[in-house]
Amino acid sequence: MSELTPPTIGTAQIALLEKLSNACAVSGDEQQVRKIVMEEIKAHAEDVRVDALGNVLAVRRAQSEGALRVMLAAHMDEIGFMIVDDDKEGLFRFELVGGIDVRVLPGKTVLVGKDNIPGVIGAKPIHLTEDGETGRKIPLESLRIDVGQNGAKIKPGDRATFATRFRQLGPSLVGKALDNRLGVATLIELVKNPPPNVELLAAFTVQEEIGLRGARVAAYACDPDLAIAIDSTPAFDLPAWDESENSAYNTRLGAGPAIYIADAGTLSDPRLVRHLARTAESAAIPFQFRQPGGGGTDAGAIHKVRAGIPSVSVSVPGRYAHTAAIVARLSDWQNTLALVYQSLSNLDRSILSVHR
Amino acid sequence: MKELIKKLVETVGPSGYESAVRELVQAEIGALADEMRVDALGNLIARKGAKAEGGMRVMLSAHMDEIGLIATHVDENGFVRFTTIGGVRPHTCIGGRVQFLNGARGLIYMEKPESPDRLPSFEQLYIDVGATSRANCPVKVGDIAAFDRPFVELNGRLVSKAMDDRISVAVMIEALRALKYSPHELYFVFSTQEEVGLRGATTSAYSIDPEIALSVDVTRVGDTPKDIKMEVSLGKGPAVKVRDGGMLSDPRVVRWMVDTAEKAGIPYQLEVLEGGTTDARAIQLTRAGVPVGCMSIPTRYIHSPSEMVDYNDVQQCVRLLVELISAPIQLG
Repeated sequence: MSELTPPTIGTAQIALLEKLSNACAVSGDEQQVRKIVMEEIKAHAEDVRVDALGNVLAVRRAQSEGALRVMLAAHMDEIGFMIVDDDKEGLFRFELVGGIDVRVLPGKTVLVGKDNIPGVIGAKPIHLTEDGETGRKIPLESLRIDVGQNGAKIKPGDRATFATRFRQLGPSLVGKALDNRLGVATLIELVKNPPPNVELLAAFTVQEEIGLRGARVAAYACDPDLAIAIDSTPAFDLPAWDESENSAYNTRLGAGPAIYIADAGTLSDPRLVRHLARTAESAAIPFQFRQPGGGGTDAGAIHKVRAGIPSVSVSVPGRYAHTAAIVARLSDWQNTLALVYQSLSNLDRSILSVHR
Repeated sequence: MKELIKKLVETVGPSGYESAVRELVQAEIGALADEMRVDALGNLIARKGAKAEGGMRVMLSAHMDEIGLIATHVDENGFVRFTTIGGVRPHTCIGGRVQFLNGARGLIYMEKPESPDRLPSFEQLYIDVGATSRANCPVKVGDIAAFDRPFVELNGRLVSKAMDDRISVAVMIEALRALKYSPHELYFVFSTQEEVGLRGATTSAYSIDPEIALSVDVTRVGDTPKDIKMEVSLGKGPAVKVRDGGMLSDPRVVRWMVDTAEKAGIPYQLEVLEGGTTDARAIQLTRAGVPVGCMSIPTRYIHSPSEMVDYNDVQQCVRLLVELISAPIQLG
């Protein structure tokens, strides 16, 4: 039995994350990311297929008979926009895809359609605003994507997303869609370097941001013994300016992978929560518990499929989720990969011998 | 039966953390069921009997979980911030007592309200467990708590937290105990995570694949001062649910329940509930669909720490359930 070589994050992995972050894959059209995923994993996985909704499902068999079948889910889609109407002169009305705060939109640069045509969501210059106008948010109906009269190829139904380009800033990573390209990159590494004791059912899912739709059908097909969703979750860890304690931080940057106990869609299986926490403690991997309440991951769909699947989620914290740029820490990403790998390496059927 | 009810309602078991309740149920029915198993979401599924001539595969579901609270933050002075598990409302919390799964006890209070006539939000509430700092607080982020109220009897009416839905759990246990014969393959499901979206019923119904199902749950009443008008009252017997916020009962099931009650001389009420739903909704939409209904136990003050049922109603519910499953079901 060979030594376990746990996967690590190096320059190659960061370069892959950059490619993933810069690719455009708004819910429902994940092709740009799917292509990268397929290129990366097809030489490594035993079975790779794309299902009816566009999920990429891949298997890494265990080295022993009767091994635990573990589904790992990471969603490929990002939040973004869909063109609704051509208002002529290169101006396009658009709708939101996924949960976006309209207040973060004015002034942002975007990329539209399969050809990534650049545009701007315009904002009224401040010297032309009226009294009180700056206190109100601009309704979505008044916003337009302006492509500078270069919109001949753009039509209703085209998707668009923020134009942010990925950068590494020392210990931090900045880019759009790090929710959930961090999870996708992590899962790619695990497919390439799986722990040998489990059967790994990797699901790169679609349409998470609009209702966990890919995960639901992927879980039905995988029919695993248990599941872990790997995602990115908000960190609201900036200090409160009045010097009171920040008690609603959700997660904190630099405090390690965030283990979910409860969100709006899932009450994590306590056996899996305990297993992850104990693994982190004995492997000296920093970790945190995400504050209970709100939000959701693919686990919300997975755990209710068929006769039920014990599930938990682990996320890389990121500030400014669902905006044009997420800030994450490289160390949190490294520790998330390490935690999932170690947790799978010491997992066997005995975890299910105690009832939930 | 009151001792059983008291044991059940006083156990701490919010959604997702029902194991203490399940162990109690297992101890009560272990000798009565032909087969028992616990599934991936913690549902306890107990099979009784096999299909005889004219029998069906029948699923009965009462949920073990109660609404509760989960700690989100412990501040530097040892006060615990929390969010809810299931439909808890702020006004039923203030001044109330809680008990955590780990045994710690506390009370809920609130910050000074912004204005005296606005109800506080959960962000303005906190739990005081008597700690003086984060370091000596026995509670940490993620810890689970339920309301903490003792069971009392008031003039033939029973009051406690978690009558929703432990009273139905008790009814199902007593029905199983009283059952002498059934032509059906019966699945008594003590389900989990109903309060957060019928999750246990969803998966247990998939694995049982029943031909007909009844949920047993509480329903509200219209017999208290100046409340929403509703025909159901305490003391008038089990309620046969026609419709609630998430489900239209199969009319054939309603007719079967009404016919059975009338034939057996059991008082009953017809129930139309404008809000809320039960496990039956999830079961109805499982796989290719299931004919469902619900037997409701009339209850005052649902989702408060002091839910009230009428003991006669409860006993009649046991009787009706036994009658329903003791004979072939003519859906007609």
